[in-house]
Amino acid sequence: MNAVTEPLRPATASPVAAGAVADRLFKGVTLLMALSVFVLIVLIGYELAHQSTLALRKFGWHFLTSSDWDPVSEQFGALPFIFGTLVSSGIALCIAVPLSIATAVFLTEIAPYWLRQILTIFIELLAAVPSVILGLWGVFVMVPWLREHLFPWLRGTLGFLPLFTGPIYGVSMLAGGIIIAIMVLPIITSVSREILRSVPNLQREAAYALGATKWEVTRIAVLSYAKRGLFGAIILGLGRALGETMAVTMVIGNRPQIVASLFAPGYTLASVIANEFTEATSDVYLNSLFEIGLVLLGVTVLVNALAQLLLKAFAGLSNQTQR
Amino acid sequence: MEQTHHRRRKALNACMQGFTCLCAFLVVAPLCLVFYHVLKSGIGSLNWAFFTQLPKPVGEMGGGMANAIVGTFELLGLAALLGVPVGVLGGIFLSEYGSVRLNWAIRLGADVLNGVPSIIWGMVVYALVVVPLKRFSALAGGIVLGTIMIPLIMRTTEEVLRLVPNGYREAALALGIPQWRTVLQIVVRTALKGIVTGVLLALARVAGETAPLLFTAFGNRYWNHHLSDPIAALPLQIFNYAISPYEDWHRQAWAGALVLLFFVAAVNVGVRVLTRDKFAQSR
Amino acid sequence: MLMTADQEQGRLPGPGITPKPAAPREKAATDPGTSLPAVSTRDLSIFFDDHQVLKRVSLDVPARSVTAIIGPSGCGKSTFLRAINRMHDLVPSARIEGQIRLFGEDIHGAHVEPVQVRRRVGMVFQKSNPFPTMSIADNVTVGLRLNGLRKRSLLAQRMEQALVMAALFEEVKDRLNAPAVSLSGGQQQRLCIARALAVQPEVLLMDEPASALDPLATAKIEDLILELKKDYTIVIVTHNMQQAARISEDTAFFYLGELIEFGSTSKLFTSPSKKQTEDYVTGRFG
Repeated sequence: MNAVTEPLRPATASPVAAGAVADRLFKGVTLLMALSVFVLIVLIGYELAHQSTLALRKFGWHFLTSSDWDPVSEQFGALPFIFGTLVSSGIALCIAVPLSIATAVFLTEIAPYWLRQILTIFIELLAAVPSVILGLWGVFVMVPWLREHLFPWLRGTLGFLPLFTGPIYGVSMLAGGIIIAIMVLPIITSVSREILRSVPNLQREAAYALGATKWEVTRIAVLSYAKRGLFGAIILGLGRALGETMAVTMVIGNRPQIVASLFAPGYTLASVIANEFTEATSDVYLNSLFEIGLVLLGVTVLVNALAQLLLKAFAGLSNQTQR
Repeated sequence: MEQTHHRRRKALNACMQGFTCLCAFLVVAPLCLVFYHVLKSGIGSLNWAFFTQLPKPVGEMGGGMANAIVGTFELLGLAALLGVPVGVLGGIFLSEYGSVRLNWAIRLGADVLNGVPSIIWGMVVYALVVVPLKRFSALAGGIVLGTIMIPLIMRTTEEVLRLVPNGYREAALALGIPQWRTVLQIVVRTALKGIVTGVLLALARVAGETAPLLFTAFGNRYWNHHLSDPIAALPLQIFNYAISPYEDWHRQAWAGALVLLFFVAAVNVGVRVLTRDKFAQSR
Repeated sequence: MLMTADQEQGRLPGPGITPKPAAPREKAATDPGTSLPAVSTRDLSIFFDDHQVLKRVSLDVPARSVTAIIGPSGCGKSTFLRAINRMHDLVPSARIEGQIRLFGEDIHGAHVEPVQVRRRVGMVFQKSNPFPTMSIADNVTVGLRLNGLRKRSLLAQRMEQALVMAALFEEVKDRLNAPAVSLSGGQQQRLCIARALAVQPEVLLMDEPASALDPLATAKIEDLILELKKDYTIVIVTHNMQQAARISEDTAFFYLGELIEFGSTSKLFTSPSKKQTEDYVTGRFG
């Protein structure tokens, strides 16, 4: 009735100022928590470097090229472990990459819907299996089987190669490679699958419309399009393989040596730390282990950075063709 | 001529489809084998004693992993105290605040951290916590697991928060609700399921970590009574028993593996079931 | 490759339809007579799960001319088009009833494979989709290489022919090895047309090929279509009625999954027989 309208009073009488303070406080807290990431990175790098100063000073670059690992005479060289890590990871990729990418193709292009669901659950479960349990299975089930069946067969058929000569213990570089392969299968498969899923359907249709078979469509429109991303997935798997510790330690034999035979025991950077850290008797010994940690950190960080770069480059191509 | 070429294309097509199918089953096979063997070898040794007794001295038969099971949960609790607040709040910052550049750098840092092998984390916490305290401790174990969780939870929280439609934020802000309230009570509440999922999955992941605990929690054959004492954990116990020369300990390692595997699998499957998306894409 | 008497009469010579890779100029001599419609459907109905998208469409598309398909959104134009090259085979929930014949041969016949049908029926999509990891040359020849053509000289010749037909050759002849994505939107679409033409299909399907292009590029595509219709049967779905009026001989008007009217373009637009058609072409709805 009355034409004059009263100014609306806010339901809560809180002044604007207090709200602003609460806002700033909250934002500040979250910022601090987010910055912890940088703090952690710095801490890791600093501590590893700091704790390896003795070894760094004593051995210098020689550390990376020497094969001596002798706690008694306090001579430490990381070459056998670098060799072991690279070879076991290399074997793992040779096994895992074809399997993973083929599986990703199966999951995105070929399998019926219900099968996709089931297989995806299986693969995610495999990713969740702790390393130590896989190692347990590895040492009590896989290694005896390798020793009694696969290795003698390999020696029989491919024994002319230096790779498959020498005594068979079961625990070996090859066993290490196989177990790492099992550990990285899930991650390469799932990342590859995400990448193949993101290939635009329009590309597939273009190939189908030309009269291509399903495999040809996959080859021409999907795999070539996804090349860079798939490579990123592989490198990501490599990063994971390099850092794998427990399962490898249980099946690789833990002997620091550089030989050609895959049947021979080996030793990786992560394994030597796991095995000998709590037994390190002298400061130089402990420092050397820290330095091995530094090497491992450097390599994994570089590899992971490369993987991320490739994955982002693929995302860029994806965006470009979807103008 | 064209007919044979066409037949060849068909054959190749069928071949490749068969090959990829075979690969898929080869990928799934290790999981089935592992589950089978863990079940087969572990189920026989699971008895009441296993869950309630402490490990017996070397050489004596029997005993259990009660302290390791409790120890794992204790460590997870400590880890959560550190990892969840830092991770979730950090994730909130990445999604709701910050600048493009800063957030890109933080995200990159989190991804780098996620790629650091867990044994390195163990070494760092050894240097920072174990050495000053001059002892292995549950505290150190909790801290290392917590720090591993931080970048994991940060990224999953951020991703889940980003999925909340911007319209919700705008509607709340337009009503005069302060931003911090909007974020907490509206955005986070909407995404709560996803955040909890991320936390649970991170917990399941660190529950199975052995390497970092090797020189932080270290393991304990008795009950842990203080945070500053070493503590047993299931994966540690499994590892130590597995590499030992005693048959009885091997048997118990399988049993421990069954318990751990069951826990991890239950969380993973449970989380999937809870967040099942009815409108998921078919690809 | 010469045609057998069986092929001339449109009867299946053996298992499956054999593709006929004749050069365009020879087509007029070996086509089984222009009286046989290029594409002919009888009571064609298409369902996606329980939802019926096309309702008993019976249509004869004349050979070597442009037939336009118009209608408002959701009327089933694209669904109809995609049925002709069996693209619905890729959709598990799709179900097709009725018949579709390509120059008299049933494309859903017992021994007929989709791959063979798509070899004879080309398609150009609404959004250009050249393969980004391939060069311009490779994009054009990909269909030929899939079918086993390996000889470089022959590939180069056919590629040039296709690019000329697509009115693109002059613009790209100096950079045939450049990546396909370096072309502009309109050029990419013409590249896709060249790619489809390289395998010498008998029918070319075009699903709103110019809708994503600016008027200049659109005009080039329309000129191209007017040239192509001398040798190819073209079926074009378009939202743009003026475009249909400009380039097609016959037009089909679809509404809510039904074929309302089909006839010569000039008649359909000036004196349509059905009221719905008249309402649509005069803009009373759409």
